[in-house]
Amino acid sequence: MILRTQAIGKSFGSVLALREVSMGVEEGQVTCVLGDNGAGKSTLIKILSGVHRHDTGAYLLDEREVRLAGPREALDRGIATVYQDLAMIPLMSVWRNFFLGSEPRKSFGRFDVATAKRVAREELKAMGIDIRDVDQPVGTLSGGERQSVAIARAVYFGARVLILDEPTSALGVKQAGVVLRYIAAARDRGLGVVFITHNPHHAYPVGDRFLVLNRGTSLGEYGKADVTREELTALMAGGAELDQLAHELRRDA
Amino acid sequence: MTSATADERLNDVGLVRRLLIRPELGAVVGAIVVFAFFAGQSPVFRSADGIANWLDPAATLGIMAVAVALLMIGGEFDLSAGVLTGTSGLVLVTLATRYGFNVWLAMAAGLVVALAIGLLNGLMVTRTRLPSFIVTLGTFLMLQGLNLGVTKALTGTVQVSGLARAPGYEGARAVFGGTIMVGGTGFRVAILWWLLVTAVATWVLMRSRAGNWIFAVGGNDVAARAVGVPAGRTKIALFMTTAFAAWLVGSIAALRYTSVQANIGIGQEFIYIIAAVIGGCLLTGGYGSAIGASIGAVIFGMADKGIVFLNWNADWFKFFLGAMLVLATLANRLVRRYAEEVKH
Repeated sequence: MILRTQAIGKSFGSVLALREVSMGVEEGQVTCVLGDNGAGKSTLIKILSGVHRHDTGAYLLDEREVRLAGPREALDRGIATVYQDLAMIPLMSVWRNFFLGSEPRKSFGRFDVATAKRVAREELKAMGIDIRDVDQPVGTLSGGERQSVAIARAVYFGARVLILDEPTSALGVKQAGVVLRYIAAARDRGLGVVFITHNPHHAYPVGDRFLVLNRGTSLGEYGKADVTREELTALMAGGAELDQLAHELRRDA
Repeated sequence: MTSATADERLNDVGLVRRLLIRPELGAVVGAIVVFAFFAGQSPVFRSADGIANWLDPAATLGIMAVAVALLMIGGEFDLSAGVLTGTSGLVLVTLATRYGFNVWLAMAAGLVVALAIGLLNGLMVTRTRLPSFIVTLGTFLMLQGLNLGVTKALTGTVQVSGLARAPGYEGARAVFGGTIMVGGTGFRVAILWWLLVTAVATWVLMRSRAGNWIFAVGGNDVAARAVGVPAGRTKIALFMTTAFAAWLVGSIAALRYTSVQANIGIGQEFIYIIAAVIGGCLLTGGYGSAIGASIGAVIFGMADKGIVFLNWNADWFKFFLGAMLVLATLANRLVRRYAEEVKH
């Protein structure tokens, strides 16, 4: 495993946001983290990406325990995170976004603009992303294109683990399909992918392992062979709750 | 994905739009209109002497507007910038005239004080996450009080003067407050400082890593942090840059007039912001240009002196100020709407 957590936990004041969650991701595989709103998905990825420090349990990289000082250290160790709504800065051009935080430099600290534009164009093309013009502001791209640019960026900067926070949740069916294809492309290049979603229909086709969270704790981690899409859906919603809901919504007539 | 033919069509529109959304465009058009208006009615305005005359206020305002523009692109305001020009000047003149400092040394002391205040503004904003509008409003009021209180306590009046007698004055005045003759017309040396500040700021914004960070922290602070941009340090550096500009402008004024009024600079902070906004800076941050802010300052310089050349009442300047601000903000809103509109 490249990245693994053992019974990891985090509390904010008196709120236990995450309790005893164990999960892991292998090279060239996709681990899906599923859960409803408030299940603890965000807390988990913020720990993995170095935004928060865990309170209990262990966080292991290459089987060695680590405590990340911040997002910069996570990046330096090859853990790249693509956030749902703040992956990109809308008013900045595609190439400026692509190299943000890791700008190529010439002598005297000059930003190597020509290289940045060329590499951005080439890398997007290599991932099969069709951007008309790398000078256009990211705000003019569609949601799926933005996610795709962010994924291409992480791949280019040598990420070994790619954490994707709900990359498909705000997208239509077709756009979501495009993003799932890039997730598969990143996986095929040997990256370990942690894919956070609340949609089992997006998770199941691309995932190798599935971690289901509910109310801040793990309902278990399953291999693809051990679980069907229906079981996953039921587990995620809390099967009993769903039955109860069906009962309440039933027409009396 | 769109087809190849549709892409060609989009590219054409993109080219026209790209020109239209240059942040400086509004300011350039405005400057041409204002110049044509005054030059058409006043021959003095378009003479070399007239140009030197209105470039002078444009220069000192421009130095500040450029620094404030960088800060605004970085997503923050500095309301204490105007009063800080007074504080820097007061430190310079007080130390040189009452404590026997050499003028150069007194200027260095003024710089240390200004940078310390910039650092303090930056630390307060980044550590507390309070709006910089409030934090620097506090600094503004405190400095205003200090400027008056300390000056009155030391001199019994509301100004310090007599800088011309201090050692090192002539040299410092030549560098910061002097005049250069070009073809029989005297241009203030401040104009060169202004051009230098604009050039450096533009280079930093467009061609350095720091520039990328400035756009990023103003555009989306959280996203910038998430990819490893040191957002706090970037913002603190911007507050200190504004403080540096305030020191430069304060020193230029002190050396030129050899005295400083304790209430100088009050109210100027909004003019800097207005010049930056006319130059294409969004009030919400993440977008703008240093050259634009400079052109915004030129518009003010032209209007300030042009109204005098035409023998109009100076009250009209305030009306002009407001009208320019409203027009510029409307133009900027269109830009932002374009840039943020999501293509489906």
